[in-house]
Amino acid sequence: MDFSYTDEERMMLQMTRDFAEKTVKPLAAEVDKNHMYPRQTVAKMAELGLMGVTVPPEYEGAGMSNVCYSIAIEELSRHCAATGVIVSVNNSLACEPVKLFGNEEQKKKYLADMASGRKLGCLGLTEPNAGSDAANLATTAVLDGNEWVINGRKIFITNGNEADYCILIAQTDKSKGHRGICAFIVDLDNPGFQVGTLEDKLGIRGTSTAELVFEDCRIPRENLLGELGKGFRIALTTLDGGRIGIASQALGIARAAIEDATAYAKERVQFGKPIANLQAIQWMLADLTTEYEAARLLTHRAAYLKDQGQPYAKEAAMAKLMASEVAMKATTKGIQILGGYGYTTDYPMERYFRDAKITEIYEGTSEIMRLVIASNILK
Amino acid sequence: MSIVVFAEQRGGTLRKITYEVVSEGKRLAAAAGDSLKVLLAGSDVAGLAEELKKFGADEIAVANDAALADYTTDAYAAVLAAYIQQENPGLVLLGHSAIGKDLAPRVAARLDAGLVSDCIDVKFADGDYAFVHPIYAGKAIATYKVNSAVKMATLRPNVFPVEENAGAGSVVDFSTEIPAPRTKVLEVKQQGGDRPELTEADIICSGGRGLGNPDGFQLIEQLADILGAAVGSSRAAVDAGWRDHQFQVGQTGKVVSPNLYIACGISGAIQHLAGMGSSKCIIGINKDPEANIFNVADYGIEGDLYKVVPALIEKLKEVKG
Amino acid sequence: MKIVTCIKQTFDTEAKITIENGKVSDQGVNLIVNPYDEFAVEESIRLKEKNGGEVVVVSVGNDKTQEALRYCLAMGADRAVLIQDPALENGDNHSAAVALAKLLADMEYDLIFCGKEAVDDGAAQVPSRLAEKLDLPQANVITSFELGDGQATVTREIDGGTETLEVQLPAVFSAQKGLNEVRYPSLPGIMKAKRKELKVVSLADLGLSAEDVAPKAELVQAELPPPRKAGRVLKGEVEEVVAELVKLLQEEAKVI
Ligand SMILES: Cc1cc2nc3c(=O)[nH]c(=O)nc-3n(C[C@H](O)[C@H](O)[C@H](O)COP(=O)(O)OP(=O)(O)OC[C@H]3O[C@@H](n4cnc5c(N)ncnc54)[C@H](O)[C@@H]3O)c2cc1C
Ligand SMILES: Cc1cc2nc3c(=O)[nH]c(=O)nc-3n(C[C@H](O)[C@H](O)[C@H](O)COP(=O)(O)OP(=O)(O)OC[C@H]3O[C@@H](n4cnc5c(N)ncnc54)[C@H](O)[C@@H]3O)c2cc1C
Repeated sequence: MDFSYTDEERMMLQMTRDFAEKTVKPLAAEVDKNHMYPRQTVAKMAELGLMGVTVPPEYEGAGMSNVCYSIAIEELSRHCAATGVIVSVNNSLACEPVKLFGNEEQKKKYLADMASGRKLGCLGLTEPNAGSDAANLATTAVLDGNEWVINGRKIFITNGNEADYCILIAQTDKSKGHRGICAFIVDLDNPGFQVGTLEDKLGIRGTSTAELVFEDCRIPRENLLGELGKGFRIALTTLDGGRIGIASQALGIARAAIEDATAYAKERVQFGKPIANLQAIQWMLADLTTEYEAARLLTHRAAYLKDQGQPYAKEAAMAKLMASEVAMKATTKGIQILGGYGYTTDYPMERYFRDAKITEIYEGTSEIMRLVIASNILK
Repeated sequence: MSIVVFAEQRGGTLRKITYEVVSEGKRLAAAAGDSLKVLLAGSDVAGLAEELKKFGADEIAVANDAALADYTTDAYAAVLAAYIQQENPGLVLLGHSAIGKDLAPRVAARLDAGLVSDCIDVKFADGDYAFVHPIYAGKAIATYKVNSAVKMATLRPNVFPVEENAGAGSVVDFSTEIPAPRTKVLEVKQQGGDRPELTEADIICSGGRGLGNPDGFQLIEQLADILGAAVGSSRAAVDAGWRDHQFQVGQTGKVVSPNLYIACGISGAIQHLAGMGSSKCIIGINKDPEANIFNVADYGIEGDLYKVVPALIEKLKEVKG
Repeated sequence: MKIVTCIKQTFDTEAKITIENGKVSDQGVNLIVNPYDEFAVEESIRLKEKNGGEVVVVSVGNDKTQEALRYCLAMGADRAVLIQDPALENGDNHSAAVALAKLLADMEYDLIFCGKEAVDDGAAQVPSRLAEKLDLPQANVITSFELGDGQATVTREIDGGTETLEVQLPAVFSAQKGLNEVRYPSLPGIMKAKRKELKVVSLADLGLSAEDVAPKAELVQAELPPPRKAGRVLKGEVEEVVAELVKLLQEEAKVI
């Protein structure tokens, strides 16, 4: 067993850490406060190749491993969880299904566009009545000649306001249940599409969480992604991989909380000595660091298994479950260690805290993660 | 044996660093029982020899040549190397200035001599020199010995006290063949007007991100005017475009050690401290009671610099008349 | 156009320094490409991108230094040479310059770039020593570089200002902050770096003996500086505080 970094993993870490420090961190507070989509940062990340980390070079990706991908998302999220998830969604939820299920033409056009960062992608799955129960979709796609006609609403779609392409999951035959579900690539530059409500939300405020409205939205027949009736499978497989991204995002947030709390504890003096000298504080930091490291190993292992072409759904669910709960705990304790200062907006700790919560919800809630893990071990 | 000091001048004026290095050369010569020889190179610089006499060198050699009008590495290295070869000294000292930094290693390589750069102390004991040089931007202090016959060192500006000494000896001419330089000086731009140069200033007033906007530096300049100080800045202020990089103090800027350093709206990041931590007296003006600058400042004022600095200017006007 | 760029691997500038047996310990320290050398690498790559040719990064170091060289390859340098030898482990600036000069003597180059100094020993000696050993002109601490015909025009920092120089080529240039904006290695760059040549050579390969590179300056000991004691924080009404400060500066610190 080898726990050391390869050359490319080390360089990825060094580069993304440096980039996050110098480019992402200075904007993070403003991105959060003003609900600002970090457009320029995204453009820079595209130039560096971060929008298509694991996509093969022939489709303009970097052709790197999932472990490298995980490292990148963690480092970006260390300073700005919103920036982290924008990248994660494009990579895991938009590029990945096209990479896995798309045909050559689709890859040449859509995958290359998204991996290069020329275009931004999103995944449209969730609907008002289809959350955890994702198969309960109401959005329909009906074939009309050489076009699919789409009608329905998607909600809570990350990148929805900025995206050029949407990987859309819709119902083509209600009678077949989840076997009647298909995936499509929708070019959102379409008169039948518009962005609806934009959610105001607790955290990751630099990302849009949008309602996507499709009204007689006509797309070419060849934009069906994968086989007819395999859309639900495609969605689930996509989310399996996405969980590595979200676990990595959670790791970044947890590390932010731990590092900031550690630095603060060494400086804050009460009762005549730094609070880091108090065992109460030390134990919190020791526990958090241990749990963070454990979650990181789980995440890297899931990424490694994916790289090896082995089953990884259970491991990805475990990684996301643990990492997101560690992020929540670390940011809660982080505020505790900073005391009243942690509760104010003078310190980024309260932002970490608000950002952490979503990692327990999207791409499958913690409860759903437990379901996935249980069904894997009980099967 | 002798100690050779290179006297730095630019545009026909001796630099302050020269007095510092000659003074230290004299002290070391006294300790080691050596003679002190000063090499002055330039064009039309004979007059400066008089000035140098105040420091008690046994001999002042003047290399006066039109080819030395501008500082070029090729020409100056030829002169200094030839002089060292003629004198065969045990120790050669230069300032750790732009010229000294350029010239010393070039000559050291020509003579295969050991060189310790940027010394803050040179000690003579048991017949040998020990050279003290801060490393890792001052986070550690290293002591070196040099094992070559000729030992060389450059001295950090503003560290070694200037001391006049009687008993100056002769002024002699020195000439050697000067090669045609392979570099040509097209233009020299001096900046900062009447203000002292950062690395030479006794007092430095610096501003940081806490100024909030580029105009804030006007306030810092007013303060500097009263004190005859140079104006420095933190990297944050440089990165924001408020100040040119050459005024940056710190790890990736200038290393300074004035008698008084006034940091206004500067948090005191480790990289900033690397540039000014050896100042004799530090004042921090900051509105954040937790600011790190207060951990190193001799005197701190906790408050808004836009209130404190104007009041300080008024008070200084009062006491300075 | 052939460009050789000399780099050194140094501690991260935020590294905490600890001393062990009179020497600075490198335990657990994050290592980086010396920040000034990054400007040198960036300038070299830009010149290559504009004029064609090759950038070779060279370094004197140990096993770990390969990481720094790979990083430069990922930025866009074409190949790397590492001089590694037990006899160089306690070397000084003289040792490094002698080894580099011997390596470069057998290479083709039009330009040599270095950083203006390394952030560890802050000596700023290698560029000038190297230029001398190769009998080349030098221009140190440059903040701009413009390539001409057989010469280059550069701006360099001098005390209290700047100087514009015309330099005959080939020559050695040392880079100062401001010369350019350093790029990050792109992901495809990182992938390509794996396949680029990184050659390790010993002193024997260069035809040098341990004696040739024996240091001229030897570290006797390193110690931590005495901590600077925090002084007093003055509190109260602005006028009173300022009056007190001025009095202290005059009477206690005696600096004005
Ligand atoms: C900021 C944000 C961004 C998002 N981005 C996207 C996106 O890009 N694309 C997309 O398609 N969706 C996205 N979503 C939707 C997200 O994936 C869903 O919100 C999530 O899957 C949960 O669905 P729900 O909100 O409908 O909750 P519900 O499914 O209604 O769940 C409510 C509660 O019931 C629990 N629960 C539900 N079913 C079970 C069960 N079987 N066993 C135990 N407990 C259960 C849940 O765990 C939860 O605690 C996003 C959501 C948010 C808030
Ligand atoms: C490799 C590297 C090299 C570096 N090199 C250098 C270097 O050479 N020099 C350098 O300076 N930095 C350097 N830095 C950057 C350094 O880490 C800090 O980021 C920088 O010094 C911060 O500058 P600052 O103190 O002006 O800004 P900040 O850290 O933002 O501090 C501003 C301060 O102003 C105070 N303030 C705000 N408003 C007011 C007011 N109205 N009145 C009073 N106080 C106020 C605040 O409380 C705060 O303490 C380097 C960093 C790296 C990574």
